[in-house]
Amino acid sequence: MVGGREFGARLRRLYLPLAVFVVLMLFPFYWMLITSIKPNRELYSQKIMPLVVYQPTLKHYIDLLWETNFLVWTYNTLLVALVTTLLSVLLGTMMAYPLARMRFPGAAVVAIGVAATYLVPQPLLFIPMSDLINRLELGNTLTAVMLTYPTLLIPFCAWLLMGYFKSVPRELEEAARIDGASRFQAMTRIVLPLCTPGLLSAGIFSFTLSQNEFLYALIFLAKSEVRTVPIGVVTELIRGDVFYWGQLMAGALLGSVPVAIIYSFFVEYYVAGLTAGSVKN
Amino acid sequence: MAVRPATLARPAPVAGRPFTVRGLLEREGIFSWLMLSPGVLFLLAFVAYPFFYGMFLSLQDRRVASPGVFVGLANFVTLAHDAVFWQVTRNTFFYVAVTTVLKLVGGLGMALVMNQHFRGKNLARAFLLLPFIVPTALSTVAWMWILDPTFSVVNWLLVNGGVVKSGYSFLGNASLAMWSLVVVNTWRGMPFYGITLLAGLQTISPDLYEAAAIDGATTTQRFLYVTLPVIKPVLIIVTMFSVIFTFGDFQLIYALTHGGPANATHVFSTWSFDIGMSAGQLGMGAAVALAILPALAVLIVGLTLYLRRE
Repeated sequence: MVGGREFGARLRRLYLPLAVFVVLMLFPFYWMLITSIKPNRELYSQKIMPLVVYQPTLKHYIDLLWETNFLVWTYNTLLVALVTTLLSVLLGTMMAYPLARMRFPGAAVVAIGVAATYLVPQPLLFIPMSDLINRLELGNTLTAVMLTYPTLLIPFCAWLLMGYFKSVPRELEEAARIDGASRFQAMTRIVLPLCTPGLLSAGIFSFTLSQNEFLYALIFLAKSEVRTVPIGVVTELIRGDVFYWGQLMAGALLGSVPVAIIYSFFVEYYVAGLTAGSVKN
Repeated sequence: MAVRPATLARPAPVAGRPFTVRGLLEREGIFSWLMLSPGVLFLLAFVAYPFFYGMFLSLQDRRVASPGVFVGLANFVTLAHDAVFWQVTRNTFFYVAVTTVLKLVGGLGMALVMNQHFRGKNLARAFLLLPFIVPTALSTVAWMWILDPTFSVVNWLLVNGGVVKSGYSFLGNASLAMWSLVVVNTWRGMPFYGITLLAGLQTISPDLYEAAAIDGATTTQRFLYVTLPVIKPVLIIVTMFSVIFTFGDFQLIYALTHGGPANATHVFSTWSFDIGMSAGQLGMGAAVALAILPALAVLIVGLTLYLRRE
């Protein structure tokens, strides 16, 4: 059966609902973009049709980059994301490996502990954590967030990687050990290379999650020079009751770009991590 | 290649063999704990310690920059008599329950639509996930502008479409503000359900559907008796994760409404932030945060057990 009826069914079951989902999910991004390039007289008018832009301008972007600390925030965000990602993947790997492949006393307790720390929500920890950071005299330093973000990421990485490590056949490792490799060499030369997709997933995830982190950054980074993009945008570009919407949207859009670029290159690994480990937001 | 028995591969400590560092490192227990210890120590210091320290704080009258006074359960008693506390409790449960149902239903719909063959499927999947990967605070800022009292595009569409005479103040009205949060949270979380459930759907063998179709099952019957049972484990895990993390949601609410108007959208996390951080009452703030623990503990223990069984 070809022709109209089949197309009608496909339209009803695929194209229409898909279009609705895509429009709903992407509209806020369209709105960011279009607001960021509208001149103020178009932004603050109830008469002009708001869905398109008539006279696009880059003024808001120029103001954002020149008159605010946006570039500093971007640098801070990326630095923190990089350090926390490396730290979390490293420690996560070191935890996941024995948990997935070794028998040793205490393994069950540690495995449950990792799952529990992954699930403990941040709001339960931030008040005592703020006291701890104050006592360590780390307030208003990037070290504060570099130390606290991994609390969210290490359990996630460990959990995600355990699945990958378990999937490598024991025989491969044993063959290497017969040939004289130590346990450590068997890990770094045999198992880890085979788990590269898992390590990439863990890395991509940690990178996006640490750019998304808000609560610890809000508490620990009170000075403009040490802020990250989400905190800078929400606390400094929203000034009292006066909103600079063009600049705000430019900041929101530019702040999302690094995540979006990384994500677009590694979509498959991201989805694999998502479905394997599920995710803390 | 000659196959040797696996037991030979284990360097069992032979009696009389000289004691070496390397020999020690080859022992499973020692190797394992050496690898584990940095991570374990880190998590003990920065998760376990704050967790128990928070319990200790909740039993104190403790202000910022002054020593605490032990008050027993007084903070919790005060909370139990505070009308705002109960409002916050209702808000939290409403927020979690309604968003979970919407995300689940919407996500399942998204997964079913995406589980068909069409060109550009990977691209569509990548785009649909965007709300989930973009930093939440930043996308929430876009929603603030979409819901702006004066220049809301939603109001513009409603008014110019002739639906209403004058626009709504979405974030200024108690119940509209709560529903706005629900919409934004659903928007952000639905792709997570959609994409993970899609992965679950893709594990269903087409043979099952064919067999069901031969037996004369309708589309609805196929969904109820083939699709649902197969994706049930994924469905349960995704939902429980999402519930736990929605309970802990902070940045979306903080950025969009700050808990207002008049506490109408405060949840445990934002209210304990206001008390503990903004007002500097660490003890009371910790007590507020801990009040959510019983409900969460049930979920966390349940999920941990379920995951270990799987």
